[in-house]
Amino acid sequence: MSRKLLIEHAEVPGIASYETYRKHGGYASVEKALKTMSPDDVVEEVKKSGLRGRGGAGFPTGMKWSFLAKPEGVERHLVCNADESEPGTFKDRYLMEKLPHLLIEGMITSSYALGARRSFIYIRGEFMYVLRILEKAIAEAYANGMLGKNILGSGYDLDLVVTPGGGAYICGEETALLESLEGKRGNPRMKPPFPAVKGLWGNPTVVNNVESIAAVVPIVNEGGEAYAKIGIERSTGTKLISASGNLVRPGVYEIELGLSVEEFIYGDNYCRGIANGKKLKACIPGGSSVPILPHYLVTKTAAGTDRLMTYESLADGGFASGSMLGSGGFIVFDEDQCIVRNTWNFARFYAHESCGQCSPCREGTGWMEKVLYRLEHGTGTLEDISLLEEINKKIEGNTICPLGDAAAWPVAAAIRHFRDEFEWHVKSPQEAQTRNYGLIQAPLEA
Amino acid sequence: MIKVTIDDVEIEVAPGTTILNAARQAGGDLVPPAMCYYSKLPGTGGKCRTCLVEVAAGSTADPRPMPKLVASCSTTVMDGMVVKNKTSERVQTNRGGVVEFLLVNHPLDCPVCDQAGECHLQDLGYEHGSAKTRYREERRTFSPIDIGNKIKLHMNRCILCYRCVAVANQLTDKRVHGVLHRGEHAEISTYIENAIDNDFSGNMIDVCPVGALTDKTFRFKSRVWFLKPYEAECACTKCSGKAVVWMFGNEIFRVTARKDKYGEVETIEDKTAWICNDCRFDKKDPSNWNLIGPRKIDRHSVISQGKYATKNDNNPKLLH
Repeated sequence: MSRKLLIEHAEVPGIASYETYRKHGGYASVEKALKTMSPDDVVEEVKKSGLRGRGGAGFPTGMKWSFLAKPEGVERHLVCNADESEPGTFKDRYLMEKLPHLLIEGMITSSYALGARRSFIYIRGEFMYVLRILEKAIAEAYANGMLGKNILGSGYDLDLVVTPGGGAYICGEETALLESLEGKRGNPRMKPPFPAVKGLWGNPTVVNNVESIAAVVPIVNEGGEAYAKIGIERSTGTKLISASGNLVRPGVYEIELGLSVEEFIYGDNYCRGIANGKKLKACIPGGSSVPILPHYLVTKTAAGTDRLMTYESLADGGFASGSMLGSGGFIVFDEDQCIVRNTWNFARFYAHESCGQCSPCREGTGWMEKVLYRLEHGTGTLEDISLLEEINKKIEGNTICPLGDAAAWPVAAAIRHFRDEFEWHVKSPQEAQTRNYGLIQAPLEA
Repeated sequence: MIKVTIDDVEIEVAPGTTILNAARQAGGDLVPPAMCYYSKLPGTGGKCRTCLVEVAAGSTADPRPMPKLVASCSTTVMDGMVVKNKTSERVQTNRGGVVEFLLVNHPLDCPVCDQAGECHLQDLGYEHGSAKTRYREERRTFSPIDIGNKIKLHMNRCILCYRCVAVANQLTDKRVHGVLHRGEHAEISTYIENAIDNDFSGNMIDVCPVGALTDKTFRFKSRVWFLKPYEAECACTKCSGKAVVWMFGNEIFRVTARKDKYGEVETIEDKTAWICNDCRFDKKDPSNWNLIGPRKIDRHSVISQGKYATKNDNNPKLLH
């Protein structure tokens, strides 16, 4: 069983209240940082920890923090991205719902490190009940002197505000989030300038995922080097994985990076295998926007080595035979699931959530959705499959923000690995309406 | 000054210039097309993706190529940057893709569209489009609506460049105009169908690269290439009074601002010569205007009668 650094106390009764959280060692990182460390020391610890952004891109958090521009007399901000809307990902919601004070503690310590005096938690509009939990916890933190003026007598002031979005996936993109936070339409901004230079209201801003900010707490408590010892290579620390799909025991797990995928799916401490005695058909290891892997590439890489839950191992083989750790939205499909239907479902999501600002994404996502709808509903043609590949190539990399890529990758990967299933939908439309294709044939050994 | 190479042409430009503006300074056919960027309207650009170019070398200091194609309208040049536009196969393929995307929901109703002949999407389709569409699905449709009593909005034709939104933001004082909904369903609207009552709202017709916003005083009166554009001026208290009047015989069919070869309103005496709605919609009598001389139109091949006439000079009907 992995060590739990974040959600160890998640199921303790009353842990959402300040007193209980404090009794279980809460706010120790705030005391340690504000009383014994300089802001730069905290940044240094985070750099040493090797923590990588837990929102999906996996960019080193310490490096992101060190890019923050610090001009004289200009306010800086820390914004927590709690707009968790990626299909298959529900780790942040769990964390905020169970341990609101952990996020607040992380926000205080991180804000101190960055010199932010006003920090924000931008929470997804659908999480209204979580917003209330956070608001209550913030009020408790103010009442106990953890927020507000002169925190713990250190002279450091911090105001923390939690704001709901309107429930748009696009507002999880950091610049769209900032636009939305400013009260505007949530359209991503052109980059550069990056938020670290010009972010919220034109001020230098760092935008971090909930889990990244929460991970700062154990990093400060135990030191960056101790944190870096967990995991392997450049994938350090623990990661929350939200497992869903046809598993015996789906749910949110905190794993040490480096765990084998096989252990995660079949291990007794984790998901305990595929439900109802079925076989694994495919797996999306990092949320709906990362490439899908067919069963023969889930537990082993194309080179035959064990696939591990790390940024590197999951990406092994590039997009040809690998995927990404992404946000940790681990979706598992059993042999009864239809890949075409699933791909159409994702395409529908991205078409619905495209902001409509730049043309490849606005028109391309809608187009792909319509073509996939036809394929799934028995009126597709073989040309449609290659057309989808073409549309994909024209969207990928040509858009303002990564939503275009996120929409293109799952479709491209589904066709790459499950082309026979797509073709079967075209050739046997009647049959495809009544039964599922079943397992894909593993390619012949090279 | 910094040096930048675009399609093997070396140019010296001021620091902070965008790739697109550097290319425009050089001129010629190395200039990437732009459907949403409008130099006179700050904040526009980056959206249509037609101006994508390849950066083969980032700068002298860091000569690595940029992995993705970049929007030339919003990427600033660096010293020693090497940009490929016409010379890059990748750019041409992807630009073709963008044009295809812009056309999937476009009605292609050019035969009844007032913009035909001076439409940037037509130009773009001519250069990069394919003769056949691969789009089999139903197109997104909207009913035409009135934006005020002088402007007609055909949302079907809109490519969502956001230029008119920028006009509404920057030129008019009370903004009631913007984008509603998102993704494929996004549409230009006034909140909601409120008439825009402002002296400069008509400029959104001039900035529109397609036929989405048209002049109701001119709609269906004539094809633009049958008209003769004259530079004209009038004494106006609201605007510069410097415009182009489009005439057929002695009749003024329409009035527009003076637009350059990129379709942008010209800068006259250091000011962008936007025209007011009085000049645009109401001054249709030749006595209102002092005609200066014929207007040279060099971008839109159909209107620049020279080329059109020489190719068809056995057809006298096309000459006035």
